[in-house]
Order: sequence, then structure tokens, then C-alpha cells
Amino acid sequence: MIKIEKRNDVPMALYFFTPFIAIILTILGGGIIFYILGFNPIEALKFYFITPISNLYGFSELLLKATPLCLIAIGLSFCFKSNNWNIGAEGQLTFGAIVGGGVALLFYNQEGFYILPLVILAGAIGGMVFALIPAILKTYFNTNEILVSLMLVYVSKLLLDYLVVGPWSNPEGFNFPETRQFSDSSRMPLLFEGLRIHAGIFLALAAVMLSWFTLYKTYLGFQIKVSGLSLKTAKYAGFKGKTMILVVFMISGACAGLAGVGEITGPIGQLHRMISPDYGFTAIIVAFLGRLNPFGIIFASLVVALTYLGAETAQIFLQIPKYTGQVFQGMILFFLLASDYLLFFKVKILSLKKNELRH
Amino acid sequence: MSLDISFIGILIGSIMASSVPLILAASGELITERSGVLNLGVEGMMIIGAISGFALMVITDNLFIAIVGSMLSGVIISIIFGFLTQSLLTNHVATGLALTIFGIGLSAMLGKNFVGIPGKEFPILFSSLRESIPFFGPILFGHSIVLYFAFALPFLTNYFLKKTKLGLVVRAVGDSPVSASNQGINVILVRYCCILYGGAMCGLAGAYLSLIYTPQWIENMTAGRGWIALALVVFATWSPIKVLIGALIFGGITILQLHMQAIGFRIPVQFLSALPYLMTIIVLVVISRDSRKIKLNTPTSLGRIFYKEK
Repeated sequence: MIKIEKRNDVPMALYFFTPFIAIILTILGGGIIFYILGFNPIEALKFYFITPISNLYGFSELLLKATPLCLIAIGLSFCFKSNNWNIGAEGQLTFGAIVGGGVALLFYNQEGFYILPLVILAGAIGGMVFALIPAILKTYFNTNEILVSLMLVYVSKLLLDYLVVGPWSNPEGFNFPETRQFSDSSRMPLLFEGLRIHAGIFLALAAVMLSWFTLYKTYLGFQIKVSGLSLKTAKYAGFKGKTMILVVFMISGACAGLAGVGEITGPIGQLHRMISPDYGFTAIIVAFLGRLNPFGIIFASLVVALTYLGAETAQIFLQIPKYTGQVFQGMILFFLLASDYLLFFKVKILSLKKNELRH
Repeated sequence: MSLDISFIGILIGSIMASSVPLILAASGELITERSGVLNLGVEGMMIIGAISGFALMVITDNLFIAIVGSMLSGVIISIIFGFLTQSLLTNHVATGLALTIFGIGLSAMLGKNFVGIPGKEFPILFSSLRESIPFFGPILFGHSIVLYFAFALPFLTNYFLKKTKLGLVVRAVGDSPVSASNQGINVILVRYCCILYGGAMCGLAGAYLSLIYTPQWIENMTAGRGWIALALVVFATWSPIKVLIGALIFGGITILQLHMQAIGFRIPVQFLSALPYLMTIIVLVVISRDSRKIKLNTPTSLGRIFYKEK
């Protein structure tokens, strides 16, 4: 006999434990999907989750993919904590990459220590400005930020497409849809010879530290948390709601812009159509899986980065379509949301004997 | 290009065709939202409908099975959303986003072997009348049955919501789930039904794209139409007839930019392609500025979790 009771308060340990339940359920679900597709599930899961990180190169690739996910998710955690649904991080990433890439292209034939900081700054500002559009429309025109931020994703991708095909395309590039290569001064320094992992990871780590400090040690962080829990309380306390919305969107956009700049000055080295495999959307899952907690997000970004990497490996070795990565990511979020049920409700399994005694 | 009367007729016909997926998806979502459930998974359900419709057409060679199957697949995937939001009380926004991400991934996975296969011609009705009557011919005749259904749907939805008892139940559940529940209405059941109905309509909208509008399977072929449909529901302030008008405006913009591309208008193609998305933002801003009007029409419990202590 099963009895369901509402909990009075959420146990903290369980709050951080349920993401692990979600991950285990996703792996099981993935095994079932592989089985249906006609693969040996154990072997497929091995190629998916173990082979990719069984050597140093693979591990560097994992960190490379986790870097933008972590950065964006950190930014999104500010928005989500305060009940602002910015789901257009992919657009802010793209626009940040456009602005940062534009600056890098200005210096394409120059070298200098000042170039990379300028490019990074430009990218952050680009992302920030782009995120301000839904924020301003939300605060001053009462417009739904979900739809606006999402529409802007399509707009930014079309703008990037226009630039790399048209005015910014490489004059010596035989009409390929790509820009010139950036100069070495615009590239993120590599951390190890022969590996692709680059200095961008320090940006992500800095973002983690800064966000932890902001969220838990400052007045702004307090405002954000209170507004997230109850808008009425926030109003009653006299918080400036509009300013806060603008600020969280700016933080979130800047982080996404940094992620975009990290990609183009890191592994890519130029602008072209495919600068992000939907990192901006996947980071939404990372933010939730990490419980909107800075350190949780580090862990979650590594897990989700593994689904990207595993999908690539599984495609090479087993010809499993790489889109399984997205299916895994969707499943993680489904299972995470489902396991939240355990947070709010106590599921008691009563033995019959006890029941009989009671009657 | 001459702007003679028959050309305008053809133009209007093509605008109608391009607005069909928006009408179907938005009408379905409208019912879901009227019951108080915000399902952001429209894009995901549409793309699942598109691939399952196309795959069933290739496998069975039967268009009827393909259409019905696409609706069923929309229902099946919306069950996930229903179970999570209604039975496990998850956040509507996050669950809808998960549904979209999951749907896009799953559709690409399922569709891997269907890329590049040519579609089958979908039967059109009254094709002889289309040619014989100038102007009105291409507007009224020579369309697929799905188009006629789509244009009837907003009126049917309006009738359902305003004139039937069940429609009243749906509205009651959306506006005041607690009092509806006290009246003996099973709120969760009503919401489940509305979610599944929305799933079926989104599935059909997707199948319209892959079977009729551009008969082939392309990854991500819904290209944001699901999100535009969501915006349309806000634009229409939850009124079915305004959904129809809004969908025609968006269909018009889509066709207009295609024609501008075709005649070599001097604006870059990408800017023209961005028009429907920019237009969505502008329309949302104009509509939402009057916050009182929005508040008056929004289903009161939209997106809120309903939990009844047992």
C-alpha cells in the first residue's frame, strides 16, 4: 500500500540528490532507446559515457564543451532564480560572437596583447545588449520575455548568416560562407600543447565564483532570491523590480556573449554559420540540473557536455545518429522535473501488517 | 510581374496555405491554455507530427494513415507533458521547454533515414473549379482537405468554448480551478484532455508541413512556427477568431518575403527571412502594451499548478 503525503519543507539533501536520480534514469532510458534502435545497450552506453573520456584528449574535449555550457548556465541561473524566463541565450551567444568577431576581424592583420581583451569585452557587451531587448520590452511594454528572447535567436542566426556570406566573408575565401581567420592575438591561449582546451575555462570558473559571491553575499543576490520566491514580498519590501529584471538579463546576456566569444576565439578561430551546437538551449538544462547553484552548475555542465561528446563518439563507432545527444538532454530534464515530485511529496510504502494494526 | 486580378487570387490562396500550420497549432494551444495549462512544447509536438506523418506516408503509402498517425504521435508525446505537469505537478514552462528539446532531437533521430526521399502528391479538392473561376477559384478551391479543416477550426473552437457545456467546463477550469473542482469537475482530467487535444492539433500542423506544404522531410523544418503559434495565442488574446486573423497576417508576411526574394528585391535574403520573427516581436509589443486588456483575457490560472489535497 502506498501513501502520498505533502511535505512541509523540502529536505536540502534530497534537493541536491534528485539530479543524480535523474541522471541514472536517463542512462537507463538511453539503454532502452539503443536497444530499440537495434544496438547492444551495454556496448552503446560504454561508447557513450566511458570511451569519450578514457584518454587525456577526450577529457580536454569534455572541458572544452563544458566551458560554454557552464558560462551560459551561470548567467541563466540569475534569470531563472528571479522568475525571468530568458530562453534566448543561443541568440545572445550568437550576437556576442558577432560583435566580438567583428572586433577580431578589425585586427585580422595585427598582433598585440590588447586585442584579445578587447574582443572578449566586445563579445560580453554584445550579448548584454542583445539580452536587454527582451528585458526592456518586458519591463516597459509588458511583453512576454519567453517569446521575444526566442524570436531573437532566429534573428541573430540570420544576421550571422548574412554577415559571413556577405560583407564579412573572406575576400580570399572562394565564396565559402566564412570570415577570415582571426590573428593569433585574437585567439584564446591554449593550456596544453596538442589539446584544444583553452583559457576560456578560466572565464567560466571566474563566473562561477562571481555568481556565488553575488547570489549569496550581496544585496542584489538577496533581491533576486526573494523575487523568485514571491513577487508580492519583493514588492512589499520595496525592491526595484524593473531594475532587477534589467540587471539579471544583462548578466545572463553577458555570460552567453562570453561563451560565444570563447568559441570563436578558441576552437573555431573565425566566424561561420555553425558556431554553436545549440549550447544556448542546452544550457537551460544545465542550469536546472545544477539546481541553479554555481557549483551544481559546474557538475551539471560536465554531465551534459558528456552527452555531446558521447553522441559524437557513438556516431563514429556505432553509426548511432548524433541527435541521440539531444534526446538524452531532453530526457535528463524530464526525469529531473519528474523526480522533483519526491521533494514536495513523501511517498510512504506502508506494510500491510501496520495497516491491520491500525484498524 | 503584373498585378492582375488572377495573380492576386493565387497570392491570397498561397497566403492561406502558409497560414494553415499556424492556425492548427495555435487553435490547439488555445484550448490547452484556456484550461489553464501553458504548453511551450508546441514546436516539439509539431516536429514530431511532421516526421511521423512523413515516415508513415513512406512506409504505408497511405495518406489517411499518415495524417491520423501524425495526430496520434502528437497525442502520445503530449501525454509526457500531461503526466509531468498534471500528475507530478512540474513547472509548465520548464516541462514545455524539455518537450521541445526532446521532440527536436527525437525527430532528427527518427528522420535520419527519411532525408532526401521525395514526398507524395496530396490530393486536392475541386481542382477543376480552381482553373475555371477567375480570382475566387484559387482562393476557394483546389486545396487539401486539411486546409478546409484548418479554416473551419477557429469557428468550431469559438462555438465549442462559447456555446457548449464542455466549453464552459474548460473555461471554468482555466479561470478558477478551485471553484470548478468544488463544483465536482475533475480539473486534472479536463486539463489532460485539453493537453492531448493540443498535441493532436500540433501533430496535424506538423504533418501539414511535411506532407502537403513542402512534401519532404527536412530536419528542423518547423523553423520556429511552433513558437510563432504560441505568440499568436497571445496576439489573439485567447480568442479563436483572432487566431485566424493573426495566422493570415503571418502567412501574408511569409509569402510576401518569399515573393520579394523571388523578384530580387535589393534587401538581403536573410533580412526578409527574419521578417516573420521581427514581426512577431513587434506585434507582441503592440498587443501587450495594454496590460489591462491582456490581464482581462488571460485564463486566470494559466501556467499555475493545481493540486487537490486528497
